[in-house]
Amino acid sequence: MSESVQAPEKTRQSNPEAPAGRVAPATAPRRRRARPSERGILSDFDRARPRTRWAMRTAQGLVLVMLLVAAIGPMLWLAKAAVTTTQDTLRTPLALWPNGIDWANLSTAWNEAEISRYFTNTVWVALGSWFCQLLVATTGGYVLSVLRPRFSRLLTGAVLATLFVPGVVVLVPLFLTVLELPVLGTSLLNTYWAVWLPAGANAFNLLLVKRFMDSLPRDVFEAARMDGAGPFRMLVAVVLPMSKPILGVVSIFAVLNAWKDFLWPLIVLPEPTIQPLSVRLPIIRDTVELDVFLAALLISMALPIAIFLAFQRLFLRNAGLGGAVKG
Amino acid sequence: MSAIARWARGGGLSTLVLLLPLLVVFGLFAWFPIGRALVMSLQETNLVTDPSWVGLDNFRQVLGDPLFWTSVRNTVYFTLLAMLFGYPVPLLLAVLMSEVRRAKGLFSVLAYLPVVVPPVVAVLLWRFFYDASSTGVFNTILGWVGLGPFPWIQDASSAMPSLVLQATWANAGATVLIYLAALTGVRTELYDAAEVDGAGLWKKVWHVTLPQLRNILLITLILQVISTFQIFTEPFLMTGGGPQNATTTVLLQIYDYAFRFGDYGAATALSVLLALFLAIMSALYFRVTRSWSTS
Repeated sequence: MSESVQAPEKTRQSNPEAPAGRVAPATAPRRRRARPSERGILSDFDRARPRTRWAMRTAQGLVLVMLLVAAIGPMLWLAKAAVTTTQDTLRTPLALWPNGIDWANLSTAWNEAEISRYFTNTVWVALGSWFCQLLVATTGGYVLSVLRPRFSRLLTGAVLATLFVPGVVVLVPLFLTVLELPVLGTSLLNTYWAVWLPAGANAFNLLLVKRFMDSLPRDVFEAARMDGAGPFRMLVAVVLPMSKPILGVVSIFAVLNAWKDFLWPLIVLPEPTIQPLSVRLPIIRDTVELDVFLAALLISMALPIAIFLAFQRLFLRNAGLGGAVKG
Repeated sequence: MSAIARWARGGGLSTLVLLLPLLVVFGLFAWFPIGRALVMSLQETNLVTDPSWVGLDNFRQVLGDPLFWTSVRNTVYFTLLAMLFGYPVPLLLAVLMSEVRRAKGLFSVLAYLPVVVPPVVAVLLWRFFYDASSTGVFNTILGWVGLGPFPWIQDASSAMPSLVLQATWANAGATVLIYLAALTGVRTELYDAAEVDGAGLWKKVWHVTLPQLRNILLITLILQVISTFQIFTEPFLMTGGGPQNATTTVLLQIYDYAFRFGDYGAATALSVLLALFLAIMSALYFRVTRSWSTS
């Protein structure tokens, strides 16, 4: 499943020119346009026939319209409703501003409903989770892949094993652990550490980074070692710069997953003032007017969508990850 | 020179320092809780008195709870509905999209967009769409063609299909992209061969495309089951498990045991049962992916 993110050389090996007997779950949709030898279900002969071409165009036009309505429709509606008065949204939800646009909703949501505070909280949650995941994945992946101490196979196995135990299953014992840390005896309840640290225990990230580092050329490491680079120097000066692509993937998914997370912050952050958006929105729903609530929803969704649009290529290449992470 | 000094000079110390984040984080927040789950499922834990051993009582309690079978039934029903909605549509979309020559990226971006909307936002938005009055968003649209108004999540029989419809909307994009990637691996020379044998478009899809997607279809099915059995946000925020427990799921049940009734033993016992089931599913998943990458 981690086939999806391949190291440079590996990509070169699995050249699509060779008969692709094996199917990779989420490799990049390869560009077929340029090569004349490649084809889809329709042959070039089929495509040349006017009737087929017409039917194909209609079908694709329909798909495009369907995607526009189904995928963007709800979001466009939300964008509209966020600047519409409550009365209008309730009476005629699909009319376009029968009584004018109400821009004030957005500022009311941001200031009075304190979305600004929960937005900042969410940013904190996401940044800390990102840092923790990156720290554990890079140092751990580096030791298990490059340094390879004697017990590294055992350790890799122990990390891999946690992939088989879905997060929700350890929900209660994890909660009790956060409530009273073993040995230290302190409680992380109502601190962001309670979200950040468990986020770091992400076996999927670690194995992704390890696999990537496994495929880096080992003679570079040897050369660095010859030049007198210690383990730390090697990590910072050689391995990390070469691992940028995979670190980018891990980073973006870390931030977005933190933004999406609901159940865990709900449990460990009962104090309202430090809760992230996802936990706060269901409560805001009952305390503010509908138009302000819809504006709050729009604000909460804006950043993830902006990130997606900015890094869409990376997402589409690794789309399979989302499903696999859950497993 | 002592053994420890030799070990430190050989780089053992820096290896250990570099391993520290992994060991601490995984130790405290992965390995320890997993072990603790097994112990706790056999104990009575209430955070006031010391935990006491109760053998299999927690399991007996959980399995004897009439809501257990309701939630299992609901979860299975959810899975079946999710397959009914979420299986053919993404597949059809992917097959059509794979034949697109121009602006392929636009199609993928559009299809994937709902996946990046935070689940809480999506669920709360759809909850408003599902307003049961005749001026609800969906009821207004259906009213244009003379249908409805429908009760959506207000009614026990339509609540679950409504939840699944929302979940399908939120996740179909990811499945489409998995299929799209798999479609690029279909051996195209078989299409040539099929054409020589006089196969038309449908025959090519049925006899060439789909058989080669068999494995990926199995995998998305397993992933679907694994994620469905962990479904929480949708029923929790949309219906709260109602009406009449029609949308109570296993995870909702665990949440209630632990955080509403404070019965941590029962909650972990149910978690362990769920874990066993999901482990079987994951093992199946790894088996399939492995046999598939070596074939």
